[in-house]
Amino acid sequence: MRTRLDVLICAGAACLSAHSAAVRDALAREIEAHGLSDEVRIVETGCMGPCELGPVMLVYPDGAFYIHVTPEDAAEIVEEHFLKGRPVERLLWTTPEARRIAEQRKQVPFFAKQRKVVLKNCGLIDPENIEEYIATDGYAALGKVLTEMTPTAVAETIAASGLRGRGGAGFPTGKKWGFVAGAPGPEKYVVCNADEGDPGAFMDRALLEGDPHAVLEGMAIAAYAVGANHGYIYVRAEYPLAINRVEAALAAAHRMGLLGNNIMETGFSFDIEVRMGAGAFVCGEETALIASLEGHRGQPRPRPPYPAVEGLFGKPTLINNVETFGNVRHIILNGADWFRSIGTESSPGTKVFALSGKVVNTGLVEVPMGTTLRELIFEIGGGIPDGKEFKAVQTGGPSGGCIPAEYLDTPIDYESLQELGSIMGSGGMIVMDADNCMVNLARFFLEFTANESCGKCIPCRVGLPAMLEILQRITRGDGRADDIDKLERLGKTIKTASLCGLGQTAPNPVLSTLRYFRDEYEEHLVGRCRAKECTALIRYWIDPEACRGCDQCRRACPVGAIAGTPGNPPYAIDAEACVRCGTCREVCPFGAVEILDRR
Amino acid sequence: MNLEQLRKIRERAAKELNLRSGKARVKVIVGMGTSGIAAGARDVLAAFLDEIGKRELTDIIVTQSGERGLASSEPVVEVHLEGKPTVVYGHVTPELARRIVSEHLVNGNPVTDHVIEVRE
Repeated sequence: MRTRLDVLICAGAACLSAHSAAVRDALAREIEAHGLSDEVRIVETGCMGPCELGPVMLVYPDGAFYIHVTPEDAAEIVEEHFLKGRPVERLLWTTPEARRIAEQRKQVPFFAKQRKVVLKNCGLIDPENIEEYIATDGYAALGKVLTEMTPTAVAETIAASGLRGRGGAGFPTGKKWGFVAGAPGPEKYVVCNADEGDPGAFMDRALLEGDPHAVLEGMAIAAYAVGANHGYIYVRAEYPLAINRVEAALAAAHRMGLLGNNIMETGFSFDIEVRMGAGAFVCGEETALIASLEGHRGQPRPRPPYPAVEGLFGKPTLINNVETFGNVRHIILNGADWFRSIGTESSPGTKVFALSGKVVNTGLVEVPMGTTLRELIFEIGGGIPDGKEFKAVQTGGPSGGCIPAEYLDTPIDYESLQELGSIMGSGGMIVMDADNCMVNLARFFLEFTANESCGKCIPCRVGLPAMLEILQRITRGDGRADDIDKLERLGKTIKTASLCGLGQTAPNPVLSTLRYFRDEYEEHLVGRCRAKECTALIRYWIDPEACRGCDQCRRACPVGAIAGTPGNPPYAIDAEACVRCGTCREVCPFGAVEILDRR
Repeated sequence: MNLEQLRKIRERAAKELNLRSGKARVKVIVGMGTSGIAAGARDVLAAFLDEIGKRELTDIIVTQSGERGLASSEPVVEVHLEGKPTVVYGHVTPELARRIVSEHLVNGNPVTDHVIEVRE
């Protein structure tokens, strides 16, 4: 009997942690109980994108998109929808503004504005079923290059497409392939950089989990182009699901003769091993990654020689990011001109972003380069929750910078973000509203990079903690008059003098917030945090007019700093005892608790 | 595996993915309300799926709908062919379902003696 319904359950890490596996089991039980096992097929897919709404589930052919599904909902969904054809409307995704039922995937604005190339299969196919990948023209690109193209022609096609490194720096991929292909020596390596370290970024994880074969195929094509027979995927150990799926994909591809010896009977051989990293941020830098792969401490070294000439085990090595490899098969199958038709002149193609922070639809999105920040944040992302005002967006994670509201209409590409003092980075995008303090944000990122500094070069090892100390001082309200100048001087020095990308970009969050939000720094020096986030600069106060004496705040206060008698308002907060945790403000039913400047 | 074998796997596997493409020439809607099910719509639905599977037809989507008020004519089945008026069948049996597949869905000739409504 033919399958009538495909039930795609997201098995990305976010939905799994929201118990999508239990939902799957419950649905399977109900489907069995209703005798629908032959007609309804459950498929576990990679990340579908809107992680905030997980566990999510997509039912074809209707295209009904279910969100926040629990095991308890399974009986109703099977009985009503799978049996009787009436989608359970209370669980369907409704758009916040119109609350209308989104019946088709293309009607959900979150999807409508996106252009999926790299993530095309994520959320559509079962990542552990190689045949589903093959059904989407999987391994056809590898077959094409092995039988119809010379290695040089492959590298030239990639170069003509204008594909640039998706790891962040944006180096032309075809050029890199050409360097490695041209490097002398019989032994070469292809390395996939899956050491995704930016806080809040999970593009690479999603691709490895949702469509692992696409990465393997991209690596194999690259190996053919540069003349390598061995490859490594360097992935962090805290991505267990991605590692499992990649290992399963490798095994399946080997079994079918799509990797290993004599691939597709063409005489070309290529195998891939997975190497787990321990999660050091610096290992995303290519020379540190190579050192770690070789079993040494993950520290960078000066370049040149570049890895293309002297890389892993001293041999010419091609290192590309996960998403870069994910683009390769599409370029081979559809041609360089097709790829150039997407995106902008200098940055063709699409880019995957991880939207997080103060935005309605957090999750994973893929858009053509040149999409504006406004489209990304307000149309796809659904804007800022609770009707608050947009303040800034941090692109590029701890190596990037923040971009304020006046540049919302900037088209996103490598150059435009750089001009604004930020970087593309791997694609993390953290949205902030008026409740976010920009000084505190800079402190947060600097704390991260100062911790992750490997300690090899002095500017980064000594400079970052020095900057951090100043920032901590400012957010504590102990800032000194010359601190802002010092920060600027230190930042510029560290950028220029550091050995690797970590130090060269770490001051960006500070320098960009100084560029756009200098007045906030200056206010901190006189003891004011306008976002009311720096706890040392604020105090909580109960408005005697609004207080009704309900006693909730007194009971909720963890340090007993609130005094008052039930039914006998007003209550009062002891400013000395208060730890400024904000609990009283959250529990007050009358909005009587306000945050004021400390001084 | 060689390229030819890869192509064969792709052709076979692509049929399996067809449901998710949203592209179909024909849509068959089986009324699966309470009265439809009571009148035997489950068996009719199964017969459609079985016959379509046997004939390896990949451009047909079989789906269900709720009650539409034609209780006396249940099981009710609607056939939407691209560019053609919608044809509604009443009192559909598994045998009739198989005839609808061969005569209507494949050859384009509605099984006229069981049609209860034609909508533009």
